[in-house]
Amino acid sequence: MASSAVVTAVGAGLLIPSTVFAASAKFKGLSNDVISRGKSAAKGSFKFKAPKIAENGAVVPMEVDASKMNNVSNISFLVMTNATPLAASFNFSGAVGFVSTRIKMGKTSEVDALVTADGYTTKITKEVKVTIGGCGG
Amino acid sequence: MAKIKLKPKARKGIITIKALIKHPMETGLRKKKGKIVPANHIESLIVLHNGNKVVDASIGSAVSKDPYFKFKVAGVKGDMIELKYEDNKGKAGSKIAKSK
Repeated sequence: MASSAVVTAVGAGLLIPSTVFAASAKFKGLSNDVISRGKSAAKGSFKFKAPKIAENGAVVPMEVDASKMNNVSNISFLVMTNATPLAASFNFSGAVGFVSTRIKMGKTSEVDALVTADGYTTKITKEVKVTIGGCGG
Repeated sequence: MAKIKLKPKARKGIITIKALIKHPMETGLRKKKGKIVPANHIESLIVLHNGNKVVDASIGSAVSKDPYFKFKVAGVKGDMIELKYEDNKGKAGSKIAKSK
């Protein structure tokens, strides 16, 4: 019942987005966690593929290849200018440290790829330019 | 139910898993005709290899519409790969595929 009331409220435009986002507060917490981990991280020795210029910010391909590292437990992507910087966080248990996905970006931003292996977090930062509707910003 | 495409392919002892999930991935911030489109995005994703969990991911709304994922796991041809997801509305989907 409560959830249907929320849906109605959203439909009527009564709730502002931040209230709706309360449901994903856990994800925000995780995002802050990953950011604080990333601050002290050294430069990583894995491969991070991201385009220098993304023509469409709605689909930006990202690829992290840490298959040469052992015991990779987590790979995360952070887009610094997004409302919630954490785009996705993958926990690995047994899989090869490799992930490829596509993310959304509002505007030109620095993108961090974080890899945690053997308990240590390392990162690689790349700037991705989003050119849609502009002239290369 | 949302459609899932799942293609695991084994080569040299490594299975490359390609997955494409049909999902709107609304952030809850976009407006359409002055009204906010309610958030509807995948929150969690799990990949199982022969029943063992190998990848457990938290997905944010910043992942693209109709998200695409690629993972790698050690394995051989014929292994079973299963993908499960759940979105913020509680809807879940899953698909099992045999590795080629």
